Amino acid sequence: MSMPAPAHGAAVAHAPESFWSRYVFSTDHKVIGLQYMFTGMAMALIGGFMAYVFRMQLAFPGQSVPLYGLVTAREYNALITNHGSIMIFWVSMPVLIAGLGNFLIPLMIGCDDMVFPRLNRLSYQIFFVSVVIILISLVVPGGGFGGAWTAYPPLSASAHYNHTPWGAPLWLLAVALEFVAFLLGGINFTVTVMNARAPGMTAMRIPIVVWMIVIASLVFMGSVGPLIAGAVMLFLDQTVGTQFFDPKAGGDPLLWQHLFWFFGHPEVYVVLLPATGVVAEVLTVFARKKLFAYKTILGTAIATGIISFFVWAHHQFVAGIDPRMAHLFTITTLLISIPVAEMLFAFIATLYGGSIEFATPMLWALAFIAEFLIGGVTGIFLGANATDIYLHDTYFVVAHFHYTFFPIAIIGTFAAITYWFPKMFGRRMSETLGKIHFWGTVIPFNLIFIPLFLTGVAGQHRRIYSYENFPQLSTPWLNHLAVIATVALIVMLAFQVVFLVNFFWSMRHGEEVGANPWNANTLEWAAPSPPPHGNFVTMPAVYRGPYEYGVPDRDLDYWPQHVPNQEELPRA
Amino acid sequence: MSHAADVRAHVPIATGRSATGIPTARLAVWWVLASEIVIFGGLIGSYVMLRLHHPHWAEEASHTNTVAGAFNTFVLLTSSLAAVLAHQAAEARNGPRAARFLGLTILGGLVFLMVKSFEWSNEIAHGFTIFRDVFWSYYYVTCGLHGLHVIVGMVIMGIVAADARRGRNLHRVELIGIYWHFVDAVWIFLFPLFYIAK
Amino acid sequence: MLEWLIPAASTSADEIDWLFAVIFYTVGVWFVVAQGIFFGLIFKFRRRPGVRSLYVAGETKDEKRWISWPHYAVIACDVVLIAGAIAVWRDVKQVIPPPDETIRVIAQQWAWTFVHPGPDRQLDTPDDVVTVNELHVRNGTTYEFELTSQDVVHSFSIPVFRLKQDAVPGRMIKGWFRPTKTGTFDIACAEMCGLGHALMPAALHIESAEEHAAWLGEHTAVAAAAAGSRS
Repeated sequence: MSMPAPAHGAAVAHAPESFWSRYVFSTDHKVIGLQYMFTGMAMALIGGFMAYVFRMQLAFPGQSVPLYGLVTAREYNALITNHGSIMIFWVSMPVLIAGLGNFLIPLMIGCDDMVFPRLNRLSYQIFFVSVVIILISLVVPGGGFGGAWTAYPPLSASAHYNHTPWGAPLWLLAVALEFVAFLLGGINFTVTVMNARAPGMTAMRIPIVVWMIVIASLVFMGSVGPLIAGAVMLFLDQTVGTQFFDPKAGGDPLLWQHLFWFFGHPEVYVVLLPATGVVAEVLTVFARKKLFAYKTILGTAIATGIISFFVWAHHQFVAGIDPRMAHLFTITTLLISIPVAEMLFAFIATLYGGSIEFATPMLWALAFIAEFLIGGVTGIFLGANATDIYLHDTYFVVAHFHYTFFPIAIIGTFAAITYWFPKMFGRRMSETLGKIHFWGTVIPFNLIFIPLFLTGVAGQHRRIYSYENFPQLSTPWLNHLAVIATVALIVMLAFQVVFLVNFFWSMRHGEEVGANPWNANTLEWAAPSPPPHGNFVTMPAVYRGPYEYGVPDRDLDYWPQHVPNQEELPRA
Repeated sequence: MSHAADVRAHVPIATGRSATGIPTARLAVWWVLASEIVIFGGLIGSYVMLRLHHPHWAEEASHTNTVAGAFNTFVLLTSSLAAVLAHQAAEARNGPRAARFLGLTILGGLVFLMVKSFEWSNEIAHGFTIFRDVFWSYYYVTCGLHGLHVIVGMVIMGIVAADARRGRNLHRVELIGIYWHFVDAVWIFLFPLFYIAK
Repeated sequence: MLEWLIPAASTSADEIDWLFAVIFYTVGVWFVVAQGIFFGLIFKFRRRPGVRSLYVAGETKDEKRWISWPHYAVIACDVVLIAGAIAVWRDVKQVIPPPDETIRVIAQQWAWTFVHPGPDRQLDTPDDVVTVNELHVRNGTTYEFELTSQDVVHSFSIPVFRLKQDAVPGRMIKGWFRPTKTGTFDIACAEMCGLGHALMPAALHIESAEEHAAWLGEHTAVAAAAAGSRS
C-alpha cells in the first residue's frame, strides 16, 4: 500500500471534455479550490456592499444611501448580521481553508489529488447550497435575520421577538450546512496530509501552511460539534416550537451562548492559522530566508489551537455567568497571547539577515504582521475581564476584531492570491496595479478602524442603528469619526476594482511564467503552471525541508524540496 | 497495487498512498467519528448541565420505559457482536458469510427502531410530547439523532452487505462495523442518562 | 485617560480607567518596540545587489533566545495584567458592598422600567417610584440593582459608570454602582434585542441629595396616591 505510485501514472492527464464536467462537477482539487475561492470572492463583494450600506447609515443617519435607498432599522439589523456571517462563514472559511487547502495541499505534499475527490466535490456542493440559502434568506418575507451573527436566543428563537419568521431559520440552516461542508472538507484535508504525502515528505518537512490548514481543520472539527447540536435545538425552537432556550418553559438562553462561543472563539484561530501559514511561505520566499524556528512555530500553532478551546467565556464576562469564572477565562485568554506573540516574533526574526524583495505578495505578508499586531495588543483590553465590562459590545470590539479578521481574511488572502496566482493560471499579475491596490487597501483600512477604536472608547455601542436618540453619545466629533470611517471604507472598496481588473486581465493577458517564477522551494513549484489534471509530470520525492534558502556554499540561494542532494538545478 | 497500463488515463495516486501505514478509509472513519463525538458530546453535555439545575427532570424521567430501554441496549450490543463476526468473515475473505452477519446486524437495528417507535407512540399518547418539558425535548432530540444514525448505518450496511455478497469491497465491512460500534457506544451513554437516572 | 473621551461618574469607573491605562501603557510599549524592530529589520535587510541572505535556522539555543526572551517578557507582562484585571474585577463585579438602597431594573422590547425605592429607601413599599426610561440616583450613594428581562437578552449599559450587565430572561442578576458626579448621562441597551434595539435610550440623572429628595417628593405623592386608589 505504501509504495510510491509509478511516475508515468500521472504523466499525461486525461482531461475531461465538457465545460460542465470540467469546471462545475469536477473532482479535481484545483478546480474545487478555485470554485471555493471564486465563490468566496463573490460573497466578499456582497459582504462589502452591505458594509457600505450600513456605514453610510451610521455616517449620515436617515438619509437615502446611493445604490440602495433608505435603510430601516430592520434592514440595518439584517445588514450587520449578514455582513458578519457572510464575511466569516462564506468568505474567510471558503477562501482561506477550503480554497487554499484544496488548491495547495495535494500540490505541496506532492500527490495528484485529495484522497477522497468525490467527497471533496460533495463538500463544495453542500457549501454552494448554503450560499444559495443565505442569499435567499435576505429576500424572504420579513427580511433577512437581524439578531446579530451570534444569534442569541430567545431573540433568535422566536419570530415573535425577531420578526423574521423566514430569515432566522434560513440563516441557521445555511450556517449549519456550511459547517457540514467544512467538516467533510476538513476530514479530507487531514486524511490526505496524513496518508498521501510524497515519499520523503516527513512531518517536519511539510510546509507550514499545510500544517496550519490541518491544525485549523482539527480545531474546527473539535469545536463545531456542540454548535451543530445547538443549531438543531435552535432550529426546532424556531420552527416546531420546542423551548430549549426559552426560560419561560425551563430552557436556558445562556446555554446557546456557551455552545456558540465554544465554537466561535476557536473559529477565530481556525481562520487565523491558515493566514499565518501563507505569511510564513511568502516571507521565506521574498526574504530568501529559512523560516526561523520551524518547530517552535509549529508548536505555537498547536498550543494556540489547544488553548483556544478554553477561552470562550471571555465573550460572556457580562452575560450573567458566575463572576468567579471570569477570572479563569481572563487567565486563559491572556495566556493565548503567549504562543500567538511568539509566532509573530519568529516571523519577525525570519526577516533578520534576509534579502527582502518588496514584491506585492511580500507587501501583503508584511502588512499582515504590522496590522495583526494592532489586533493582538487591543485584544488584551478585552481579554482582561474588568476593562471588558466597559468595552464589551462597543466599537472598540468591532475595531479590534477587524484588526484581526481583516489581516486574516483580506490581507492574508491577497498575499495568497498574488503569490500563487502564477501557479493557478500560469501568468503573472501586474506588479504596478498590485502595489496601487495594496496601498489603496491598507491605508484606508486603518482610517476605517482607528476612528472606531476611539468611538468605542468614547462609549458608542455597536449594532445601534442610529445614535440620534443618544444625546451624550452623538457629539459632533464622534459623528465626524463615523464619517471618516465611512469615507475611508468607500475609498477602500473603490480600490478593489483595481484588484478585480488586475486579476481578470492577468488571467488572460499577464506575462506567461514557467513552473517556478519566484524561485521557491516547495513542491507546488515543481509542477507546471498551471498544473494539469494529476498535477506533476513526474511524481516528486522529497529530500529536505521546505525553507532551504540562502544555504551557504551553493550557487543558487534556493534548494527545492524535490531536487536530490547530488543534483544541481538546471540553470534557468 | 495494480495500475492501468494505459498512461493516457489518469490513475489516482493519492488514494493508494498510506504514509502513516493506516488504511486511508479507516483513518477517515475515525475522523468522522471524532467529529460525531463532539456533536453528541455537545448535546449530552448540555443535557447533563441542565439536568443538574432542574431537579424536577428526575420526575419526568421516571416516565420513560426502562424495560424497553434495557431491551434495546441488549439488542444493539448483540447486533454489534454480529458486526464483529461479519468483520471476521470479511478478514477470511468470506463475502457471503460477512453479508449474512451484516444482515443480522441490520435486523438488530430494525428491532431497535421498532421498540423505539413503540415507546415513542406510547409516550406521545400519554401526553409526554416534545413540548411537555425541556427534558422531553432533549429526550426526543437526542434519541432521535441517535435513531437517525441507526437508520443511516442500516442503509450503508445494506449497500456494503450487497457488495460483500459478491465479494467486493470487503474492507468496508470493517469500516461500517466501526461506525456501528460507535452508534452502540452512544446508546450506552443515552440509556443511563434518560432511562436509569431518575 | 478614558476621561479624555467620556466622563467617569462612579467609583468603578475610576478603577476600570486605571486598569485601562495600565494595559494601554504596557501594550503600548510592546507595540512600539515590536513595530520598531519589525520596520527596522525590513529597512536594514532590503534587497541589495550582490548581498546574499544569511542561513539562520533558529533552532539552536543561541538563536532561539531572540524569540524566547521576548516570550518570557510577554509572560511577565501577562501575569501583571492578569493580577490587575482580577483585582479590579473583584471590586467592580464580584463583591457587592453593603448597599444604601436597592433599585430594580426591568428590560423589555424596547424600554427600561426603573423601580426606585422612594424616600423610605425600601423597595416594595407604597412610596416606590416607577419610571420608564429615566433613572434618578443620588450622588455618593451605594446602589444595588436587580436586573431582569421580560423577553429577550438585553444589556444594561451606563458608559459613564463603565457599567454593563446583560439582562437575561428567567434570571435576576445583581450588581452595584456608586455615583461620584452629578449630571445627566445616557443609558443604552448593549445587546442586540430586535427591531427597536436603537430605541432603548434612557436618561440617567445623578442628583445631589437635595435635588433627589425634591424629585422624589414630586413623584412619591403621585405614587402614593396611585397606590391608595388601588387598595
